[in-house]
Order: sequence, then structure tokens, then C-alpha cells
Amino acid sequence: MSDFSVIGKPIAMIDAAGKTTGAGKYADDFSLPGMLVGKILHSPYPHARIVSIDTSRAKAVDGVVAVVTGADAPNPYGILPVGHDETALAVEKVRYVGDHVACVAAVTEEIAERAIELIDIEYEPLPAYFDPVESMKAETDLIHENRPHNVEKDYHHVFGDLDKGFADADYVAEGRYIANEVTHAAMEPHCTLANFELDPYTGTLGRLTVWSSTQVPYYLQHKLSLVLEMPMSQIRVIKPLVGGGFGGKSEIIPLEIIAAVTARAAKAPVKITYTREEVFWAHRGRPRTIIDLKTGVKNDGRITAVACKVIQDGGAYCSYGVVTILYSGALLGALYDIPHIRYDGYRVLTNKPACGAMRGHGTVNVRFAFESQMDEISATLKLDPAEVRRVNLLKPPTVTVNGLRVLSYGLPECIDQVVTRSGWKERRGKLPKGRGLGIACSHYVSGAANSIIRSDMPHSTVNIKIDRDGGVVVYTGASEIGQGSDTMTAQVVAEVLGCELARVRVIAADTDLTPIDLGSYSSRVTFMAGNAALRAAEDVKKNIVSAAAKRMNCAPEEVIMRNDHVYKRGVVAGTDDTSAAEILEEKDAARGHVDGQILRGSVLQTRKEESPKEHMSFEEAVVSAIDFHGALTGTGSYAPPMAARGGKHKGGGVGPSPAYSYSAQVADVSVDEETGEVTVHKIWAAHDCGRALNPVAVEGQVIGSVWMGLGQALEEEMIWKDGLLMNPGLLEYRSPSSAESPDIECIIVESIDPEGPFGAKEAGEGSLAATIPAISNAIYDAVGVRLRESPFTPERVLSALRAKQGMKRIEMTESVDPTAPLTFREHGGSLWFRGKGPARHPLDPARQGAQAGSVVGGKQ
Amino acid sequence: MKKELIELRVNGRTHELAIEPSKLLLDVLRQDLDLTGSKRGCDDSSCGACTVQVDGIPMLACTMLAASCEGQEITTVEGVADHGSLAALQKAYGDFGGAQCGFCTPGFMMTVKWLLATNPEPSEDEIREALSSNLCRCTGYSQMYQAVRAAIDAEQKGMKQELVGAK
Repeated sequence: MSDFSVIGKPIAMIDAAGKTTGAGKYADDFSLPGMLVGKILHSPYPHARIVSIDTSRAKAVDGVVAVVTGADAPNPYGILPVGHDETALAVEKVRYVGDHVACVAAVTEEIAERAIELIDIEYEPLPAYFDPVESMKAETDLIHENRPHNVEKDYHHVFGDLDKGFADADYVAEGRYIANEVTHAAMEPHCTLANFELDPYTGTLGRLTVWSSTQVPYYLQHKLSLVLEMPMSQIRVIKPLVGGGFGGKSEIIPLEIIAAVTARAAKAPVKITYTREEVFWAHRGRPRTIIDLKTGVKNDGRITAVACKVIQDGGAYCSYGVVTILYSGALLGALYDIPHIRYDGYRVLTNKPACGAMRGHGTVNVRFAFESQMDEISATLKLDPAEVRRVNLLKPPTVTVNGLRVLSYGLPECIDQVVTRSGWKERRGKLPKGRGLGIACSHYVSGAANSIIRSDMPHSTVNIKIDRDGGVVVYTGASEIGQGSDTMTAQVVAEVLGCELARVRVIAADTDLTPIDLGSYSSRVTFMAGNAALRAAEDVKKNIVSAAAKRMNCAPEEVIMRNDHVYKRGVVAGTDDTSAAEILEEKDAARGHVDGQILRGSVLQTRKEESPKEHMSFEEAVVSAIDFHGALTGTGSYAPPMAARGGKHKGGGVGPSPAYSYSAQVADVSVDEETGEVTVHKIWAAHDCGRALNPVAVEGQVIGSVWMGLGQALEEEMIWKDGLLMNPGLLEYRSPSSAESPDIECIIVESIDPEGPFGAKEAGEGSLAATIPAISNAIYDAVGVRLRESPFTPERVLSALRAKQGMKRIEMTESVDPTAPLTFREHGGSLWFRGKGPARHPLDPARQGAQAGSVVGGKQ
Repeated sequence: MKKELIELRVNGRTHELAIEPSKLLLDVLRQDLDLTGSKRGCDDSSCGACTVQVDGIPMLACTMLAASCEGQEITTVEGVADHGSLAALQKAYGDFGGAQCGFCTPGFMMTVKWLLATNPEPSEDEIREALSSNLCRCTGYSQMYQAVRAAIDAEQKGMKQELVGAK
């Protein structure tokens, strides 16, 4: 029997009813009296200098209230302190097709749309860079003047003795792997509503309130303060329901600032909602990554050394880039025991939308390369790929060669589980032709041990208030984005206080009401906000217990709070302390105890029942505590322990986490050798989440991660032509529908982390990375071709199959205009349809080799 | 564009509205009637978040003119709840994790409601096919299948109880 009454039970999200009835409010569902609609004008050029902007014709349109440009908010910002290279609207230069140039606020959307067409801008096109390797050769016309060779950041790490490691190896595998660019495509397009209040003392614009679809309300508050030059205390950020983030809302998206700047200029509330196409331009997804990987192994598969070079196509701004490139290297460690590691990472700027954080941040593409290479090694050395993983397991507690501390480690059980469930031993190698099994593992941090902005402040803080009605109100800055953050908080508090879940009300992510929390990213909420909630609940519980102890005439240690009852240990003879609660429940029912009578009855009760009691209801205990102590509040915070904060080397701050989640997966696929089409029949995914606080939510997160990995493995890819995105729509981007989604079996493994709240670790990201290599390894098992570039589209699979058979390659783009769409599904979105595709500078490197006249579009 | 007066029947009530003839049904629902349950996830009828029922058939409100729906019975997600309490389907979606971020959920409600109305005992494949008209980015759909199954079970149990009660 479990020792918990709320934890570990499959329960519906506390906000589920609002979601299924449509009553829940997302940012775009809010409106204010006198609200204006904002529309943004985007750059049609990938790289150009702005010679002049004339907004007079737009301003003259009836119904237009304000037109703002870069000059209205020139302060640079960026999510990372080292990457303050963005402005809300372009100042002097545009750096990608879709860069934000101007914004119109008007009384209707139609008028705003008409007005942005009337903004006259003269551009001077500059040579643009679309390929990271080409971009690194740039000497002139740099994307950012202070970034030579368009390299945002490069890191070169050596841990251990690499030469010795490779000298010890019996076999060395080498290869290049490419993972193409993917994006979050959260169902809710970004939206921000901004409103200034008039200050009663100055009579001018005062406090700003912003409702925004964000994962990071406190960072948004901070960046708004930087750009608007207002104190943070004058800015209130409210995060309503958020329709999915996956990292796409984990930093400040230009419209969030533009809405505030426009509202300030218009002196009226302004709402801006991106169109789906604008969401694709805003992007911040997973960069195209080129990985050169070299692994040395002994004959039994034990890894002796790993050398990895990574080039990421980061797009036009830094965004989270420095962190992404560091994660790619740091999380080579902490999954397997690797004695010697060399890592060279290059984050390169190109004239495309910025890439940022996306589910499995930085680790996914490198994991694809690594796990694929392990499979290649297994094949060459004729070893079982599952065994090769087993011989490389860590022996925790341990600190890896690159400074990552690992305490709980459920990977061995994850591997055992998927091997057993999938029938790995019995079925592998015996399947019919064209069908195969593949295995892969992955891991992820449970929150970054070091915050983005270096400081000693706690990463999460939670406050609790309990009143005489027995209602527990929890104030947390943690951001619910659909992952179940609010439900987790309520569960943790209810468990500690031993009260019904229904008593707990969560007020979350409103900077005026809730204490600072860094936000929902790097899978940090359960571990960090969960620990803070646990501590806050323990803090307030102390006072309830001490008051109850006095009433029950016992020591505080003997007071038990469970299932809405407060009682003395051993109050019901012959039972253990947990089942006592159930017996008391029956007693109370017989006594005719009614909840909610405490306000009226408390005075009488305290007089009437002064004799010691043996047990009381939660409400009675709360009333006693308030009578004894006055206000009943508690607070708790969490900061990762110093031991978990990693090595001292440059860049060593990224990668360390107080705990890591682990995942092992087996994919069962078949490949049609005629068409190259890959069908995934089933994926078994075992995930070590420490402890599953809510198994339904954990399964949902794991299945969702695996499914998103499946999308990246098979279909999803951002297709670029000269800096113009050719598939800026959900139909063209092709995230899998239910008809293409396989059966995913989630197996929860609980390693009970010593530092996690009730032993919990992350569940929302770690499984994604293993899916892609599990599928590519299964394809190899099925048809004997190794796919080193994702996604594994029919074209790529077929071309690999033909190459294997020595057949001529199908050159699909041969004698075709390279700037034209390849398939009917591709197009460049609204710019393409309106004939406004990029007109290029003649020296543009992308034009080299292109036929004259192949340039699409025309002048703005 | 000049506004025109139309009569729209939504969730069993008739509304008299002055709207531009070019106005989309989704915008009328969200802006004029404040029924913000139906969502806009794309602009080109690819995601299904705006699904409503027009005369019982799931339709995409983001690519329909409101004026073209005059005289038809429109049902939105706000009209699914049963006399102020959650319908079996809504309860099941909550219990089984069919909704995570919830943005696509209203659209799924309308699609699944139609499925169960036209095919009370759908096969696994029929459920998958019906759900493929709507996109979800959180769940991987698996828990939705469980929710739909649970909703069917609950409805059938409810019907049996009603029969028992009638006797």
C-alpha cells in the first residue's frame, strides 16, 4: 500500500473542466473596452539595410491610432544576458524574411492590415547567409557587427585524456549526422494584450498590465522593463492558460514587447495575435545541426572516448543559442560512462528566423547521432545494441568527467523494461523482410542548476495562505502551459497538509500576486517549484501541528494530518496511522460533522470543547492554529545545491542539474522498399521520472514527447529557399495526425530521487531524444540502410535504398529552378502568394549557380 | 464594408447581429457573441481548433462566412455541457489526459461528439480516422482514444441506468 493519499494517484488536471468546456481563457480570449488590434509589418528581405521608413500614409488612414517603428523602442534585449542583440522592431537592419519592422494599431484588424501595406520602406539589400558553413567564411556584411565570421559562440571542451582514450579503443567509428530544423508549432499562436493605466498622481501613463502566452512571465517582466525603461514593479505580467509552449514561448517573442510599445504610443489597450505564418517566422525552434561524431570502443562495446563537433544553424539572433550549443556538448555526459570527451561546438548566425529552445533543448540532435553510432558499432562488432548500452552504464552516485552529478539512475531498469515488453530478444532478427526493431536511450535535466541571469536568488518560491474556511490558497510563479504544473503544485501541498485536493486553489503566474519563479523551461517545474511548494506546505503545517498538539494534549511529533483529518498517532487502536484516517472518516460521518460550519461555529466550539480531543477535522485544526498563531501563512523556496552546479570551466554552468531523467525506447517499424515510406507500428518507451506524482500526467508527457520525436523523425522539417520558409503552415509542416500516429506504450520507472519532491524528477522532455535514433536504428534493422539525416522522409529512405543497391540517384531538383517549390505543398506563404518574395542582392552567395531570372517575387 | 443584419442560431438561442457580410463565423462567435471556446490555431483550415457543428456536421468556423449559416443550427463547445454539468465526453477527456494545454480540445469535443452521434460504437480505426481532422501537439492522441472509449462506456452505463430507472 502506498504511503500517500494524493501523490501517485491518477487524477484529472485541476483546470481540466475549463479546457473541455471552452470556459478557460487563453490570451486571445481576453478583450478590454476600447481595445485596438495590432498588425505587424515584416521584412520581405533576408538581409537588408533600412534606408528610410515613411509611415505618414498609414497614419492618415481613418481608424489607425498609432504606427510604431524601431525608433520607438530601440533598447536591445535578448533572453540571455550575453545575447542582447534583438530590438522589438528592426533598427537600421532587417536580418531575416519575417523580421519585425513596424506595427499599426487600429480599431479593426481589417484597417490595420490595410494600413501596414501603406508603410513605405526603402531597403538596401545586403548579401545574405543561409548555410552555417558558408556563413562562417563571411568577412564582410556580417549579420551582427560584433560577431566575426557570423559565429555567435564557439566552445572547445576537453575532459580526460582524449588521445589515451582513442589509443585504448579496439574500434573507432566516425560519421557525420545531420538533423534538419524543426519547430514547436504549439496549437496556440502567440498573443499579447497590453494595457497602460493612467497614473492618478501624474495624470500620465502609469502601470502596464500584460496578458501574454508565455512560459516565462518573470523574464517577460524583466525585458519589458529594459525596453520600456520602466521599473519592474510598474509592470504586471499575467499568464492566462497557455496553448502549448514546447520552448516556443520560453523567451521573449517580439510581439510581446511590440504590443506594449504600441499600447504606449496609442494610449489604449492593444492586442496582437500572430497568424500561423507569423508563428513560423517567430520560430525559436530546434536548429539544423551538423554533427561530426567519433566514438572509440573496446571489443565488448565499452566506450573509451568520444569526440564530437557540432555546428548549429542558429538563425539571425542569439536567442537561447549559447545555451543550446552548450547543452549539446554537456549532455554527452550523464547518460553513459564516458571517460574521455572532446567537444567543439559552433553556434552560427544565418539570415533566417532565430532558433532557440525546443523540447529536449540542445540534446536531441546530438543524441540522434550518438545513439545511431552506437547502433553502427553494435552492428560492426556483432553485439546486441541493448547489451552495448548495458556495458556503458554509469555507477551512481557519481560525478561524470564533465562535472555532472548523478544520484538517481533508472536507466538500467528502463532498458530491461523495453527489452522485455517489446520481445527484443525473441523478435529481433526474426521479423519478416522490411520490418525491424531499434533501441535507443536518452536523458534530460530536471531544471538547470544555474539560472540564466546569474544571482543567488531562489529558482522557485511558493507562498501559502490558509483561512478559517479551511481553504488552502497556493501562490506560485510556476507557469502552467498544459504540462500539469498547477495540478502538481496542488497535489504536493494537499499531500503535505493531509487535506483534500479540492481544498487547494492555485493562483499562478501573475507577477503582482505570485512570488518569483523562473518559469516553465528546462523541465524545472516539478523538481524546483515542487520542492518550493513542499517546503511552503511544511512551513504552514508546523503551525497547524503545534496548535493541534496543544488541543490534543500530545507532542507535535505525534500529530498526523491525512485525508482531511488531524489525529494523534495510535488514536485508533490496532491500525496503522494511514488507515486510521478512513476509520475516523466513518466516525465523523456518524457524528454528523458538516464541513463549512467553522466560521459560524468556531467561537462556540472553542468554548464548548475545551477538553482535550483525540482527533479533529482539518478545518477545526486550522481554526485552532489561527486562534493560537494569528494569520496562517507559509512560504518555501528552492535553489539547487552547490554540489549539483557543475564544473568551473567556461560554459560549465549549462548542463548541470540536481537530477536527470532517463528513457529507453524500442521502435517497431516497417519500410516499404518500393516507396521508401516508413511506418512505425509501435514504440515502447520506459521513462525514469523519479516518482510519478500523477501517473496520467506523466504518461501524457512521455507519450507526447515520443510523439513529437516521431514527428521530427519522419515528417517534420522546415524547408528553406533563399531564406524564405517554404512550408509556413500546419498542413505543409506536416505534424502527424492521429491517422499517422502509432501506438505508444509508456512504462513508468520510479528511481525515487533523493532530492526531488517525493522523489520526483522531470517527465516532459527526456523521452523525445531517444525516439529519433530508435526509429533510424529500426529502419537499419528492417532494410539495412543507415539514415544519417533526419527526417527520414520517403525521398531520403528511397535514395539510401537505391544507393545501397548501386542504382542511380534520383535527382529530384535536377534542371529545376532551385528557388521554385518542389511539391505542391510547398510555398512561401503570404509573401509568396502576394508576389513579395525576397528580391536578392546580385552578390548574394545563395544566387551563385542560380539561373538568371530565377529570383522570385519583386520589390516591396 | 457595410454591416448587415442577420439572425444566427447558436447553442439553441437566436441572436440578431449586425455584421459585415465578409465576416467569418469564427470571428462572429469569438468577437460578437463572446463565445471564445472555439479557437483559431491556423488561418487555413488545417488544424481543426475552430471546429463547430452546423446542423450537426463538424465544420471549420475559420473558413466559413457567418452570413452563410443563417437559418442553420450552430453548436459550439459551450453548448456541449449537459444542463450545466460536464458531458461524459468532457469528464473523460479530463480523467484520461485527453486535454493537456487544452487549446485544441474544443475542436476535438465537437468532432468526437459528432462521431458518437453518428456511430455510437466506433472501432479503433474509425476513432483514429475521425480524430485525424483535428491536430493536437501535446498528447500524441493516445490518451484521447482512452478518453473516447471511457466516454462511450459511461454513456452506455448511463443509458442502462436510465432504463433501469424507467422500470
